[in-house]
Amino acid sequence: MGSINLRNVSKVFGEAKVIPSINLQINEGEFVVFVGPSGCGKSTLLRLIAGLEDVSDGEIVIDGQNATELPPAKRGLAMVFQSYALYPHMSVRSNIAFPLKMAGMDKGEIDRKVSDAARVLNLTDYLERKPRQLSGGQRQRVAIGRAIVRQPKAFLFDEPLSNLDAALRVNMRLEISELHQQLKTTMIYVTHDQVEAMTMADKIVVLNRGNIEQVGSPLELYCKPANLFVAGFIGSPRMNLIEGKFAEAKGAKTVGIRPEHIGLSRDSGLWEGTVTIAEHLGSDTFMHIQVQGVGTVTARASGEFWVRHGDRVYLTPDETKLYRFNEKGLAL
Amino acid sequence: MAVRFLSASVLYLSEYILGAAKMATIHTRSVARLMMAPSVILLFAWMIVPLGMTIYFSLLRYNLLMPGTEEFTGLLNYEFFLTDPAFFDALKNTLLLVGGVLAISVIGGILMALLLDQPMFGQGIVRILVIAPFFIMPTVAALVWKNMFMNPVNGLFAWLFRLFGAQPLDWLAVAPLTSVVIIVAWQWLPFATLILLTALQSLDEEQKEAAEMDGAGPISKFIYITLPHMARAITVVVLIETIFLLSVFAEILVTTNGGPGTQSTNITYLVYTQALLQFDVGGASAGGIVAVVLANIVAIFLIRMIGKNLEA
Repeated sequence: MGSINLRNVSKVFGEAKVIPSINLQINEGEFVVFVGPSGCGKSTLLRLIAGLEDVSDGEIVIDGQNATELPPAKRGLAMVFQSYALYPHMSVRSNIAFPLKMAGMDKGEIDRKVSDAARVLNLTDYLERKPRQLSGGQRQRVAIGRAIVRQPKAFLFDEPLSNLDAALRVNMRLEISELHQQLKTTMIYVTHDQVEAMTMADKIVVLNRGNIEQVGSPLELYCKPANLFVAGFIGSPRMNLIEGKFAEAKGAKTVGIRPEHIGLSRDSGLWEGTVTIAEHLGSDTFMHIQVQGVGTVTARASGEFWVRHGDRVYLTPDETKLYRFNEKGLAL
Repeated sequence: MAVRFLSASVLYLSEYILGAAKMATIHTRSVARLMMAPSVILLFAWMIVPLGMTIYFSLLRYNLLMPGTEEFTGLLNYEFFLTDPAFFDALKNTLLLVGGVLAISVIGGILMALLLDQPMFGQGIVRILVIAPFFIMPTVAALVWKNMFMNPVNGLFAWLFRLFGAQPLDWLAVAPLTSVVIIVAWQWLPFATLILLTALQSLDEEQKEAAEMDGAGPISKFIYITLPHMARAITVVVLIETIFLLSVFAEILVTTNGGPGTQSTNITYLVYTQALLQFDVGGASAGGIVAVVLANIVAIFLIRMIGKNLEA
């Protein structure tokens, strides 16, 4: 139940090749996150799996059965949309019950399943309300409720948290992770937010221009980025990528060093630089430092590191945490 | 002591400022009323003067053939109008006409809107063509239908009937009210189509996709998602069309003249015959007032029935 296999899947819109060719194996019960900058084809890929778009070439296999030609409803997948796509004229109860009603289930069975789902999602008190009377987080939960009542083979989430405010987003992130622990159903989650990807995923698929750049667990991507794109995309603030003499001395075209792997000092170090911007967050201090011959370097100090614009600091990159990339941008 | 004085003066001052502000709003409000007064008075007079004169005439014995004999007759005009057997025919015809045209234009409009919403070649041109009948004035439309379609000798329908070996129908004689309904519906179908098409296009794409994922087929999607979404637009179409359909006149005048007998006479046409064929201004005025009352009854009935769709 719930394994999805993409074989040479491609998608062409007119002249534009949105997805050249993708092979991907998603195992049962996995939480897979598609992440990438906007326009990288991650939503298109999700819609191909859902059946809302037709593939131009290749096969989509769900649970060992070829689903390439199946209509969306027959694939046994449920989707949560970015705008939630609740039916505005129906109550929360009817919204959640809608897929069951369409499946022709009998009334009592529907009522039982809807109240089960409502209990799981803390919606029991809101069942008679209309979507417009709910807050953003509650609407999100209704959309999830509508997905879980069907007991689908896999859930598809299309940037579900992007319409929520920051605090609620953290909350819903936890709720969705918990839901995954409870249900143990395969989940595919699309986001452009790498924090969501890192915190929720079992497996992250990094996409760029319709191609898979790398597939792996969050820490794999963080510790062993396969190429410059992944190195630059995963991690916040982003990795410093340094070219020139320093890189050549290490035998690479580009050398990457993460802000958290740079030692800071006021009196001595490998590089000398001037602080251009310092961001004091309390728990961390992020600094943008202009270093002669290297360029602007971002560095992170744990806790408070009291510097201001124009101050002189010394940096020492941790030699054991350097990433080296060749001319093609691949990791050495 | 000084502090006390100070706080008291501050209190006084704040009250003074607040008071001034309150006065300012009162002032603004009365100025606003004054500024609005001319347009409100004009609009009110525009309505009340004709209405008042009609009520006044309806209480007079006032016939254009007998000038100078006007005298007060009380409610006699109303008694004559309401007991006239033509009145009941006209009432029935009015309701049938409104109901028939509404049914055809709303149901037909939904179907046309669904068709026009499909992507196709030359969509823009087709949409303009569909709206075209709405631009044609009622007299012209009715004459075109009368002479080119419904004429028993030269009409297109007669030709079609003969093509299948059937006896051509003299539409305006055999089914006068149905003919008028068809003509008026043809004129109003584009309006309904246009409004319903815009409603259809404002339906969120993700909602349709969600319904598709939820396993709704095309028919369930239409019944559970599309139709409820269009409810407000349908209400608007019904209300607006009702206002105009209660006063259909030109189509009847140039096709059937209300006949044969009273078979295609509606209230508006009956008032016209009273005033301008029988020259009975008093009776026609009474009829006009009856028509106003009838329109209000229909309006209240409609608002009660479907007005809740208009609430956000």
